[in-house]
Amino acid sequence: MSTTAVSPEQQSIKPETGPILETRQLKIHFPVKRGLIIQRTVGVVKAVDGVDIQIKHGETLGLVGESGSGKTTLGRAILRLNDVADGSVRFEGQEVLELPGREMRRLRQKIGMVFQDPYGSLNPRMTAGNIVAEPMLVHKIFKDRSEITDRVMELFDTVGLNRSMATRYPHEFSGGQRQRIGIARALAPGPSLLICDEPVSALDVSIQAQIISLFDRLKEEQKLTYLFIAHDLSIVRHVSDSVAVMYLGKVMEQGNADDVYRNPQHPYTKALLSAVPIPDPKVERKRDRVVLKGDIPSPLNPPKGCVFNTRCPVAEDRCFVEVPLPQTFSDGRQIACHKVNP
Amino acid sequence: MSVASEPRTEWELAPPWSTRLKGMFGSTVKAAKRDVVLAVSITILLIGLFLAFFGPTLARTDYERTDPINRMQAPNTNHWFGTDNWGRDVFDRTIVGTRLSFLVGFSVTLISTVIGVGVALVISYFKILDAIMMRFVDGLLAFPTILLALALISLIGPSVGNVIIALSLTATAGKIRLVRGAVLSLRESTYVDAARAVGVPVPRILFLHVLPNIVSIIIVQATFTLASAILAEASLSFLGAGVPEYVPSWGNIIATGQGYIQVGFHISFFPGLFLTITVLAVVLIGDSVRDHLDPKLRGRLKTTAQQ
Amino acid sequence: MTEALLKVKNLHTEFRTEGGIVKAVDDVSFEVNAGEIFALVGESGCGKSVTALSIMGLIPNPPGEITSGSIEFDGVDLLSLPSREMRAIRGSRIGMIFQEPMSSLNPVLTIESQLAEPLKIHENLSGNVANDRAKELIDMVGIPDSATRMKQYPHELSGGQRQRIMIAMAMACSPQLLIADEATTALDVTIQAQILDLMQDVTSQTGASLLIITHNLGIVARYADRVGVMYAGKLREVSDASDLYAEPHHPYTVGLLQSVPRLDADKGSPLSPIAGEIPDLTDLPEGCAFNPRCEWAVDKCRIEQPTLEETKPGKQVACFEHETVALRV
Repeated sequence: MSTTAVSPEQQSIKPETGPILETRQLKIHFPVKRGLIIQRTVGVVKAVDGVDIQIKHGETLGLVGESGSGKTTLGRAILRLNDVADGSVRFEGQEVLELPGREMRRLRQKIGMVFQDPYGSLNPRMTAGNIVAEPMLVHKIFKDRSEITDRVMELFDTVGLNRSMATRYPHEFSGGQRQRIGIARALAPGPSLLICDEPVSALDVSIQAQIISLFDRLKEEQKLTYLFIAHDLSIVRHVSDSVAVMYLGKVMEQGNADDVYRNPQHPYTKALLSAVPIPDPKVERKRDRVVLKGDIPSPLNPPKGCVFNTRCPVAEDRCFVEVPLPQTFSDGRQIACHKVNP
Repeated sequence: MSVASEPRTEWELAPPWSTRLKGMFGSTVKAAKRDVVLAVSITILLIGLFLAFFGPTLARTDYERTDPINRMQAPNTNHWFGTDNWGRDVFDRTIVGTRLSFLVGFSVTLISTVIGVGVALVISYFKILDAIMMRFVDGLLAFPTILLALALISLIGPSVGNVIIALSLTATAGKIRLVRGAVLSLRESTYVDAARAVGVPVPRILFLHVLPNIVSIIIVQATFTLASAILAEASLSFLGAGVPEYVPSWGNIIATGQGYIQVGFHISFFPGLFLTITVLAVVLIGDSVRDHLDPKLRGRLKTTAQQ
Repeated sequence: MTEALLKVKNLHTEFRTEGGIVKAVDDVSFEVNAGEIFALVGESGCGKSVTALSIMGLIPNPPGEITSGSIEFDGVDLLSLPSREMRAIRGSRIGMIFQEPMSSLNPVLTIESQLAEPLKIHENLSGNVANDRAKELIDMVGIPDSATRMKQYPHELSGGQRQRIMIAMAMACSPQLLIADEATTALDVTIQAQILDLMQDVTSQTGASLLIITHNLGIVARYADRVGVMYAGKLREVSDASDLYAEPHHPYTVGLLQSVPRLDADKGSPLSPIAGEIPDLTDLPEGCAFNPRCEWAVDKCRIEQPTLEETKPGKQVACFEHETVALRV
C-alpha cells in the first residue's frame, strides 16, 4: 500500500523495532445512570482500569480473559469506538485518544478490525464486493474505480473467496465465508495493525481452523501485527507471540507467550490454563488441575484490593487491602500479584 | 446457503444512480410481468393518477350545481352511481374528487416521510437536539390528529394547502418517533460499528448503512399515512375545516352520504369503494417494493419463481 | 458396566422445512452403559442435539418427527410409550440440562418452588419434606448459603449458579441418565470446569450415566469414557475415548483432531484444517456426506453411503477406507 500518503516525520518516528501500539494507564469507565428525565450517575463500571500493553511490529499480542475482563472494550477503545477512554493509546508514536475527527478517520486506514459476529457485522443490504470496496471508497485510496474493482478481486483471492461471490449478499454465505469477507474488508485499506475481536468463537471447529490458518498466512505475507482478543486460550496459544491475561479490567500477567503458557506465575493464570481441557486423554487425565471456587464478581462491584482475591487460592490479608501493581521480572514478564515477587 | 441460484453478471462497484434507477425500473416491469397482483395494483394507481389529472374534463355534468328534481336517485343508466341529496351526479363527483384526495393523500405522505426520516436520522446523532426534538414530538402526539389539525386550520384558515400542512405536521411527528427508534437500535448493530471502524463518515453511515435497513418500516408506515390522510381530509371537510362542501373529494362525498346511509347508501359507497381500492393498491405496491429491496426476500422470490 | 442402560437403534429423525425434508438424525445407533460417561461430538447441524431431544421425546411435531428406529431405556422402548408415561420418565429417570439455563427456569418463581415442584409430582413428597430435600440438593451442587438462595429468583443468580440449579433440578429424582446438551458452552472456562466436575461427581455418586453433547474435543478428552462422532446426521465413529484420540479411524475424526489448537503445543505448530464447508442438510452430497472434504475419498465414497461397522473391539467406523486411514497413523 505505497499509495497511501504518509508524511515524512510520521515515517521517521516509526522505528521497526519499537512498539507499533502502546497503551499507558488506559482507563475506560462507564457511568451507570439511572432516572428517566433527570439522570444521575449511580455507579461506575471500570471496564478497563489502568492497562499498559505493548505490541511490537509484526508480532501478535493475545489478549485473553473471561467475561467482564474488559478485553473487548480495550480493543474497541483503540479505534475509539466507545469514546470514554482516559490515559494514553499510542499508535506508531501518535497519540490516538487526542486525534481530531478527520485524522482519527485517517488512522482507521491503518488499524483494521475483525468482529466476532459474522452474521451481524456485514450490512445485509450490501453485496460482498461493495462491503470490501467501501473502505477504499471512503478513504479515496484509488483515483480510478476500476482499480478498486481490481483490488477487491485481489482481496477475494487473498482471503480464499471465489471472485464470482462478490455479487452475493451476506445471507447467501456461511459463517466462515462471512468472516472471510469481514477480514477482506479490514485488509482493504492496507492496515498495519489488525484488531481481531473473538474472530473465530462463533464458528465451528473445522471452520475455526481454516480462519486461524488464514490469519497465520496473512501475518506472513502482509507483515501484519495483530491484537488478538479471545477467550479460547488454546487458540491464543497458537497465534500469539506474547500474551496478556486480563481479569476484571486489569492485566494480571503478561509476557512472552511461551513463558506464560509453560510456566504461569500468577495464580489466576495458573487456574485459567488448567481449566482448559487438552484434547488428548493421555495428557489431560494426568494433569494437576486447579479448579477455582466461586464466580467472577460483577464488574459493577469489584472486590477491594486485588480484584482476584475472592477466588484466589493463595490470597493473604494484604490482598484484600492493597491493589498489587504490575512488576517486571527478569524475563520481561509483568505480573500483578503480592505473592509473586522478582 | 452457497447454492448458485442463477448465473449473475460480474460484480461491479456500486454503479452510478442513473443506471441503478434504470435497473429499478426494469426490475419493476419484470416483477409486474410475473406478479399479477402487482401489475393490477400499478394499473389501478395509474388510472387513479389519470383521473386526478383529467377528472374535471371527463365529467359529463356540472358536478357542483344542485339539481333538486333528480335528488337521491339510485344508480341507473343516466347516473351510474346515482345522485346525492342535492341531485348531483355521484359518478362525476367521485371522478373529480380523485384529484383532491390524491393531492392530499400523496402530499401528506411525501412531506411527512421525507421530513420525518430526515429529522430522525439527523437527531439520532446529536444527543441534545434529540432530547429537545423528542419532547416536542411527544407534545404533538399527545393531541388527537383531527383536533390538532382543526386548531391549526382555524388559525391559518381553511384551504387545501393548509389541510395538507396541518395533516403533515402530526404525520411527521409520528414518523420521527418511529424512525428514530429504528435508527437508534440499528446504530448499535455490529455492521454500523464495522463501518465506523474502517472510517466511514457519519453521513455515509446514515445513508448507506442505516437508511436501507429501515426502508421496510418506512414503506409500511407510508402506506398507512396515505390512507389515513385521505380519510382525515374527509373528516376535516365534514367539520367544515377543509374545502367547502360543494367541492368534491372522496372524503367530502362520503361525509355527505353519511346522513343518508339508510335511504341512499350509494352516495357513500362508491367513493368509499374507490378509496378502499386505492389504499389496497398502495399497500400491495408497498409490500412488493419492500420485498424487492430486501436481498433476502428477493432471493426467495427468485427461487420460488423458478420452481 | 456390562448391560446397556440406553440403546438407540437405527434412529431417524426428520424435519420438514421450506427447503425440503431434513434428515437431522439419519440411522443413528449407539449404546450408553450404566454408570458411564458417553459423549456425542460434532459441529453445528450434525444432529447431536436432535439425538438428545429424540431420547427425551422433546422433538417438536410438526415440523419434526421420529420416522423410524427405537430408543430402549432400561428395557423399555421409549418411542412406544404414551406421552403421559414418557413425561413421568422425563422428569424422574432421565434428566436433561440445556445450554441456556435462563430459558429453562421460570423467571417469576423462586428457586425453592422450582426445585420442590418435581419432587412433589414425581416422588409424592409433602411440601415440607420436598423443601428440605430441595435445600439438600442446593447444598449438593455446591451453592453456598442455600437458605437465602432458595428464596431468590433466577435472575439474581449468575450463569454458573443457574446451571448448578439446573443440575440440582435434573438430579432431584435421582435419574439413571443425565443428558447435558452443550451445558457449559455459554460459560467461562473457569466456571465450565466447575460445572463439568460437578456433573461428573453427582453422576458417579448416584451411579447414573452421563450423556454429554458437545463440540469441544477437550471436554470429551477430560471426561468421556466413550465417544460418538457425528457429521451431517450420521454417526461416523464410535470408540473408547482414549482410543479415539490415539487412533482415529474416520477421516472426519482425523481432520477434527488436527483442526483444534492445543494448549500444550508449541507456538506456531501448524494446524491442518479440513477444507470446505459443512454441507447444507437439505442439499447433501451423494454417497458419503463427508466425501467432498475428504482426502481419502475414492469413487465408491461418491456413490454409496458407508454404514457403521466394527473395526476392532470397542470401535465402530463408517468409512470404506478406514484401513487406509488407520495405516496413516
